[in-house]
Amino acid sequence: MEIEIDGKIAQVPDGSTIMDAAQQVGAYIPHFCYHKKLSIAANCRMCLVQVEKAPKPLPACATPVTNGMKVFTHSELAVTAQKGVMEFLLINHPLDCPICDQGGECQLQDLAVGYGGSASRFQEGKRVVFHKDVGPLISMQEMARCIHCTRCVRFGQEIAGVMELGMANRNMHAEIMTFVGRSIDSELSGNMIDLCPVGALTSKPFRYSARSWELARRKSVSPHDSIGANLTVQIKNNAVMRVLPRENEEVNECWISDKERFSYEALNSPARLKRPMIRVDGTLREVEWNVALDYVTHALKDITGSHGGESLASLASPHATLEELYLLQKLTRGLGSGSIDFRPRRRDFSADGKLGGTPWLGLRLSEIKDLDAALVVGSFLRKDHPLFAQRLRQLGKKWGKVSLLSVSGDDPLINLHAQLTVSPAELPSALAKIVKAAAQLKSETVAQGLESVAPCSTSRAIAASLVEGEKGAIFLGNVAEQHPQAAQLHALASELSRLTGASCGFIGEAANSVGGHVAKATPTALNAHEMFAQPRRAYLLHGIEPELDCHDPQQALAALKQAALVVMLTPFADGACAEYADVLLPIAPYTETSGTFVNCEGRVQSFNGVVRPLGEARPGWKVLRVLGSLLAVPGFEYDSSEQVRDEVLPAGEDFVAGLGNEVTSVPCVSWSLISVPGGLQRVAEVPIYSADLLARRAAALQKTHDALPPSARICSETLQALALSDGASVRVRQGNGEVVLTAKADPTVPAGCVRVAAAHVSTAALGEMFGAINVERA
Amino acid sequence: MAILGAINPMLSLDLDGDNAWRLADYVKRGGYTALRRILEEKQTQEFVINEVKKSVLRGRGGAGFPTGLKWSFMPRSFPGDKYVVCNSDEGEPGTFKDRDILRYNPHAVIEGMAIAAFAMGASRGYNYIHGEVWDIYERFEEALDEARAAGFLGSNLLGSGFDFELFAHHGYGAYICGEETALLESIEGKKGQPRFKPPFPASFGLYGKPTTINNTETFASIPYIINLGGETYLDAGKANNGGTKLFSISGHVNRPGNYEIPLGTPFATLLDMAGGIRGGRQLKACIPGGSSSPVVPATAMMECTMDYDSISKAGSMLGSGAVIVMDETTCMVKALERLSFFYYEESCGQCTPCREGTNWLYRVVHRIETGRGRADDLDLLSSVTTNIMGRTICALGDAASMPVQSFIKHFHDEFAYHIEHKKCLVPVEVQRAGSGFFTATA
Amino acid sequence: MLTSESLKRIDREIAKYPADQKQSAVMAALAIAQEQQGWLSSEAIECVAGYLGMAPVAAYEVATFYNMYDLQPVGKYKVSVCTNLPCMLTGGVDAGEYLKNKLGIGYNETTPDGLITLKEGECMGACGDAPVMIVNNRRMCSWMNPEQIDQLLAELK
Repeated sequence: MEIEIDGKIAQVPDGSTIMDAAQQVGAYIPHFCYHKKLSIAANCRMCLVQVEKAPKPLPACATPVTNGMKVFTHSELAVTAQKGVMEFLLINHPLDCPICDQGGECQLQDLAVGYGGSASRFQEGKRVVFHKDVGPLISMQEMARCIHCTRCVRFGQEIAGVMELGMANRNMHAEIMTFVGRSIDSELSGNMIDLCPVGALTSKPFRYSARSWELARRKSVSPHDSIGANLTVQIKNNAVMRVLPRENEEVNECWISDKERFSYEALNSPARLKRPMIRVDGTLREVEWNVALDYVTHALKDITGSHGGESLASLASPHATLEELYLLQKLTRGLGSGSIDFRPRRRDFSADGKLGGTPWLGLRLSEIKDLDAALVVGSFLRKDHPLFAQRLRQLGKKWGKVSLLSVSGDDPLINLHAQLTVSPAELPSALAKIVKAAAQLKSETVAQGLESVAPCSTSRAIAASLVEGEKGAIFLGNVAEQHPQAAQLHALASELSRLTGASCGFIGEAANSVGGHVAKATPTALNAHEMFAQPRRAYLLHGIEPELDCHDPQQALAALKQAALVVMLTPFADGACAEYADVLLPIAPYTETSGTFVNCEGRVQSFNGVVRPLGEARPGWKVLRVLGSLLAVPGFEYDSSEQVRDEVLPAGEDFVAGLGNEVTSVPCVSWSLISVPGGLQRVAEVPIYSADLLARRAAALQKTHDALPPSARICSETLQALALSDGASVRVRQGNGEVVLTAKADPTVPAGCVRVAAAHVSTAALGEMFGAINVERA
Repeated sequence: MAILGAINPMLSLDLDGDNAWRLADYVKRGGYTALRRILEEKQTQEFVINEVKKSVLRGRGGAGFPTGLKWSFMPRSFPGDKYVVCNSDEGEPGTFKDRDILRYNPHAVIEGMAIAAFAMGASRGYNYIHGEVWDIYERFEEALDEARAAGFLGSNLLGSGFDFELFAHHGYGAYICGEETALLESIEGKKGQPRFKPPFPASFGLYGKPTTINNTETFASIPYIINLGGETYLDAGKANNGGTKLFSISGHVNRPGNYEIPLGTPFATLLDMAGGIRGGRQLKACIPGGSSSPVVPATAMMECTMDYDSISKAGSMLGSGAVIVMDETTCMVKALERLSFFYYEESCGQCTPCREGTNWLYRVVHRIETGRGRADDLDLLSSVTTNIMGRTICALGDAASMPVQSFIKHFHDEFAYHIEHKKCLVPVEVQRAGSGFFTATA
Repeated sequence: MLTSESLKRIDREIAKYPADQKQSAVMAALAIAQEQQGWLSSEAIECVAGYLGMAPVAAYEVATFYNMYDLQPVGKYKVSVCTNLPCMLTGGVDAGEYLKNKLGIGYNETTPDGLITLKEGECMGACGDAPVMIVNNRRMCSWMNPEQIDQLLAELK
């Protein structure tokens, strides 16, 4: 199709709109309701343009291009129409730009300069719209500013997958609101603030803290989940004031999750550790850096010198940078220990050493949209990976058949092809059923050990979608990785992949779940579980809180408490560290250090610090470098984090090499696949705003529904069997630990299971994330 | 009997007695012979569409679009679901003909829809009935039950292999649902907000499937066209304006009600049939096609014949055939104020010019009516209507603007007087007497 | 919240639409809920939304868009008076004033005894019968002159 816009010729595919074509030739057409990621509403009427032979101006966003069409975006007819619309938009819009948070970054303000009159002909009273309280993240305080573009409504319906906002009433009394006083709870809700072209939806935490023109913009990368969302961090007076998405179609498109947007509050929180601390006479006291480093150096030398290198174990967070992870393992190994790990929530390490490459997603994020079928195994999808879930949601809306096999029936807000919800212990056998069904469909020999498995209709439907689709994918989620039979699940998924031709991979828990492997932060001696099961004399902890981040916090805490030396590199001074840490070294969070994250698809994303470190905090890589030098470990002469990175990765590569999910010599089946233990099992999710150090300390996020304290969620039949009722106070026990929680009836929890969140202070006294759990009336 | 008079009637012929709406009565009047003939004689879809084209039946809902042409837009060979939808959401001030058609002759609508469904290969239909006329909705449900029981609806109609199911859907108080795409949204269980076109319903209609929407009277005319033949039907009216039409007369006439007359009948004849102006007073103006059509002053109106072309020449539209008659006691500012309030109230709120503009129009006219008009208000009104017209998603913006423009154009002096003297040219007592509320008897 | 009788009626409405288009029955379902309750409470809207598998706010949009739904309690009888142009020309506005005087209330108000709520309505599609009124969304009253109105009021006691 050929189209002429303001004299410029454009070739556009059939089905394009005038707006698409205009963007191609670089002609700007003013608009409010149009957004490239949302359905077309054509309601603001700002994009009216003149089309040759059309008697009336037509909306560019909704008018399909016809061959030979001639469009004039700035003709008198077009501009008169646009100015007319602008006048209508402004008649009821308050003149409060000077006190409006959107001022300076407001589309209405910007376009009013070009299309608005200098005085208003409207002399009636303006519309009054009541404010609404919709929760801690979004402010709807000044709804008279709303221009009814419905971007927020469409975002909820189309991107977030849940319609929380609607436009109630009609005529000029139409107003955007939630259902009678409800809060907005979507984990993607903050994007509506960005989408709002005026100051109707604003950021509650950011409100009135800065004007947009006072803010400097810096590029960054999200340290939270494994997608590696690209961020723009806005700063003022060396403090992070706001975090916004930085568009990258291949990674986060133009979205970020609320966790990524609002976690910045933790960066400025009073809980930040500003100076090193050493335990003196039982209490942690602030000291100078040289004192702290001297102490650590001597203590590590002493212990490793007298008890051998293996008396030391190091555990890092998968949210740490590639450089930090690399230096930590180098330091640990330099001190003679192979006990280094970055996977604190993993329980089953039997695939270690049997992997054909660096485990990763198995395909690029941008390939998801072209899948015919996808199977997610073991995931609290929406909360674990909001943007990944969003991509699957878009897939499910088209032709893609998305299926979910997991341990809770949470609604992923995806148009699912099939959903199979089983207890954690049954997860391997449920996946085995799908493998068996696929083998039957392909008339292939069933893998050894699966002979007696009998597929159900759902597993057959899932297998069929993968067999029939040309392009399929199997994704192992956090639950599958944390599962006590993680290697089994991996082996079964690989077998399913072989049978169906679908790709197979891991979604990955954190920003550097792939990067940690690349940095070699994996054990050659004790792994993240063993290093606590067989307590060490000294521990180096990097950016983690073991009581919240470990698979079995009970065990971790016990080991730490008996250790002679616990050195923590951490940005925060609060939490349980006072119980076990001997040294706290203040390190910089992602905004205060340079570094690299390798996302789930193996994409290398380096970033710079955007503000100076707070107080005397220092970038983690620098602290480790100094420690390496002081401990005389060879090869620690780095001047920059880039030098560290270049030692790990060949320079200039966009994606890391050596990705691969092959697993060898792990059989598909073991006896535990078939036998499911009796008694109650624990289902443990990591709540979205408890998943990492920053989210845990983000004040506004902690006020959301997703941050409500955990309860003991049990389906009603199991509740009945336990002679408990909804709302009862219950004593929950695992091992030596117990906590008192409220029982809640929850039909999404499989029978025989108790869902108790991990990673939360109120459940940290419990044991492993999986396995037996006891519940009785308190 | 609310169809008060007729010349060469079709739709309203022999609608006597309380049971005229019943299936048995309809069949006695020759009902369902058209459908039976088509199905039993194995007529083609092309035959039906051609007959409708030949009849030059123009849509009776207001736009006057040729029905046969509209039907030919449907992708007949499209393999999936297709729908025919009847628009009985009659809420345009002045219009009340569909209510009487459904009240006295519902099976004509059912038969017409079945024939339309056959012609376009649709197997499902809905009749969207104005929420305020609840008894009509309930009666239509009963008529549907009768038709189903007699095999005129359901699967394998009259053994032909053709399936057609028809259901009634009621509105609940929104004028905008008379706009065909708003009506579809409403059937889908949403707010009645019109869709941007293209795509048109013929390609993307109800539930995203090809759909044809026609007015009640349009569907009701189909059996008569098939029975008489398209050409005979055309001849009943005048060239380019086929057939007879129901006109709803309201306002200052002695016998307000529905009248079926051939298109092309002089307005004067119609006015006579309705008993002339009340109290022997003089005609002041007439809105000839429902409240959205421009007002026509008395002299021009008396020269019109009641058909699409003649009314259009007089600067207005035949629309739905709703004739609102206003005599000399009428304050034109007050009349416009009420209409402007209506369009503001009924604006769906979706697109900017209509949402903001209709309220602005009302508030300025209201100011003038309440003695707070300003010298430049008439220019302002005219400018605001220009900024609304042609720039909205649906026709409601135009519908709200045309009365404003035409009232001011034809009664400029009366508006100017209001602004200058803060009162009406027509004394308040005269206006009060005009309504006849305190003198009328049932 | 909804009685089994109401749910049965709603099921009949759902059956009119394709199986995957339950939402189409929302207008009828809200009308049925309102009939049962006398008005439409938030709980009723949420209940209907849940029954039809819609977001509550989507049902709320519908309930607030169409003006025959009452989201606030109304009297035992809701009398809607058409004052649109054709009715106005033949006494619709006067009829409204007459009612206001008789009942001692204005539009959108309810008599102290909770018996009658007065509403100003838009065109009801019965202009030939002007002035017209509707009682409780169901019963159309035609040619409402003072005598007829008095009769209606007597009947509504």
